[in-house]
Amino acid sequence: MKKLLIAACIGLFASVASAQMLINGAGATFPQPIYTKWFDQYSKIDTSVRFNYQGIGSGGGQKQILAETVDFGASDGPMSDENISKAPRTLWHIPTVAGAVVVSYNLPGNPALKLDGPTLANIYLGKVTKWNDAAIASQNSGVNLPDQDIVVVHRSDGSGTSYIFTDYLSNVSSDWKAKVGKNTSVNWPAGLGGKGNAGVTGQIKQSPGAIGYVELAYAKQNSLPYADMKNSSGVYITPSIDSVVEALATATIPEDFRFSMVNAPGEKAYPIAGATWILVYQQQKDATKGKKLVEFLKWAYVDGEKMAASLDYAPLPASVQERVLKRIAQITY
Amino acid sequence: MLPAGIRWPDISFRWLALLAAVTIGVLIALVGWELYQGSRMAIGQFGPRFLVSSTWNPVTDQYGAWPFIYGTLVSSAIALIIAVPLGVATALYLTELAPMRIRQPVIMVVEMLAAVPSVIFGLWGIFVLIPWLRDHLFVWLKTTLGFLPLFQGPIYGVSMLAGGIVVAIMILPIITSVSREILRSVPNLQREAAYALGATHWEVMRIAVLSYAKRGLFGASVLGLGRALGETMAVTMVIGNRPEVSASLFAPGYTLASVIANEFTEATTDLYLSSLFELGLVLLAVTILVNVIAQLMLRSLAGSGTGKIN
Repeated sequence: MKKLLIAACIGLFASVASAQMLINGAGATFPQPIYTKWFDQYSKIDTSVRFNYQGIGSGGGQKQILAETVDFGASDGPMSDENISKAPRTLWHIPTVAGAVVVSYNLPGNPALKLDGPTLANIYLGKVTKWNDAAIASQNSGVNLPDQDIVVVHRSDGSGTSYIFTDYLSNVSSDWKAKVGKNTSVNWPAGLGGKGNAGVTGQIKQSPGAIGYVELAYAKQNSLPYADMKNSSGVYITPSIDSVVEALATATIPEDFRFSMVNAPGEKAYPIAGATWILVYQQQKDATKGKKLVEFLKWAYVDGEKMAASLDYAPLPASVQERVLKRIAQITY
Repeated sequence: MLPAGIRWPDISFRWLALLAAVTIGVLIALVGWELYQGSRMAIGQFGPRFLVSSTWNPVTDQYGAWPFIYGTLVSSAIALIIAVPLGVATALYLTELAPMRIRQPVIMVVEMLAAVPSVIFGLWGIFVLIPWLRDHLFVWLKTTLGFLPLFQGPIYGVSMLAGGIVVAIMILPIITSVSREILRSVPNLQREAAYALGATHWEVMRIAVLSYAKRGLFGASVLGLGRALGETMAVTMVIGNRPEVSASLFAPGYTLASVIANEFTEATTDLYLSSLFELGLVLLAVTILVNVIAQLMLRSLAGSGTGKIN
């Protein structure tokens, strides 16, 4: 601890002494752990540059990059056409990593569960209200489902996790799409709101019969049970890094990289997953800063991506990585 | 030259004090103006309908504040109903009844309660209070008072009532501390006079102390109410965060402060952000309105004339 403190002090002095260039970013909180790790590792490779990332939320990240108060923004959902049209110059989406959203629950003995999209949508629509409903029981033969009310739990704060989850429900249920839709927060037809992954987890753990959704990394670290989800090929898939990479590899990714990867067609693809993006201008204002930023991004895609799995993020598959690197090379400064 | 020398600090202090007083007014006006500026788009779009509409739908960009206003008022009311009698009783005990040697420790405990951060109350609420409420108190309320619409419907644990109870605990220290100071300031002459007339201990407290101090105690409650209206973090963790108006206190609710804290960071459309600003403006207005009403009530209380000084 003492050593760490001393190291930190020296680091502080060193940074003051050498007058490093500071690159500012702001936005999504979901990828913050890996971005922080990247910045930390990269500062050892290129000591002339330092990163400052503020995890203020995707909405804030989009606002700040549009106002050009930061050098790059970050967002868990792709920007809307309306917001993009407000950009003073061409603004690019650069996907970095992806994550899965898992469906967790609190049942006696916490048996392994299997669910399909329409059932999940009906639970969240308040149409399936009992755990022993035929819709759930028919997918889980052999599991003793209690005659218990389902306590639906969702995020109360706006979040990328909710975006991915509602994007998925909109994709598998026309009813959900028409009545609720997808967004970082929606008008939930049923259930209780918990603040953050911690709030949702707390409510799941405290309420017998609860169902809720959290990030895969969070569920793993807190050893929550989570359900296998039926994907578009009809196979029940356990959420994991591999099944998310599979979803990334098979999702249709357009030229502007604003894609949705829920319900991806791959046979081994986990259906409730989404990417996160860095937002940069194609034409950088500050030449030296722009150059450093591009160098960093190139490093992140070659070396940084390898650190993703250790932090429970899914790295981009090689095919996508190649396309992204090409795009990064087109950033001018 | 001496008089001028003496007057100089006098004058400068006077101006300094005036400046400080004016700054508070300017600050509130600036906050109000800034909120108004931020919410102009929503005001233009929805008009007064915003205040009475119950829809809050970021997907279709339809916003209404009513469930949040309702939740804020109801949870604060529950908090006051619980905290005022408790706080005043504690203060009364500490000034009139408690043996000298236990007064200081109890005061310390109460003041420690005030130092506990809001998020800690929230976590304690989720993990300790809510399970207990759900399995015991709420079940008991439902079986004994279930005929009232207030205590009907499914019990989740997280609820308007749970939110009110947590806020009550949080405003208890301020109400207790202020009440204690007020009760202490009641002149002993009052008590002695009552005793001299042959009043019992309880009568002394009721006639001489409480009625003398009631204006101050009312003020203490208003201070507590101010805190209750703006409480964010702990409330959002236990209230259930559902923008719905329900007669039952077991049903989840939502408050103005909570929804702003929850949704501000991820609000991407302009109208959405503007509506959140308008919620802030509404919260400011509700707070001011409640305080004005409290002042008016205070005035009528003074006018009701129990013949007390002040």
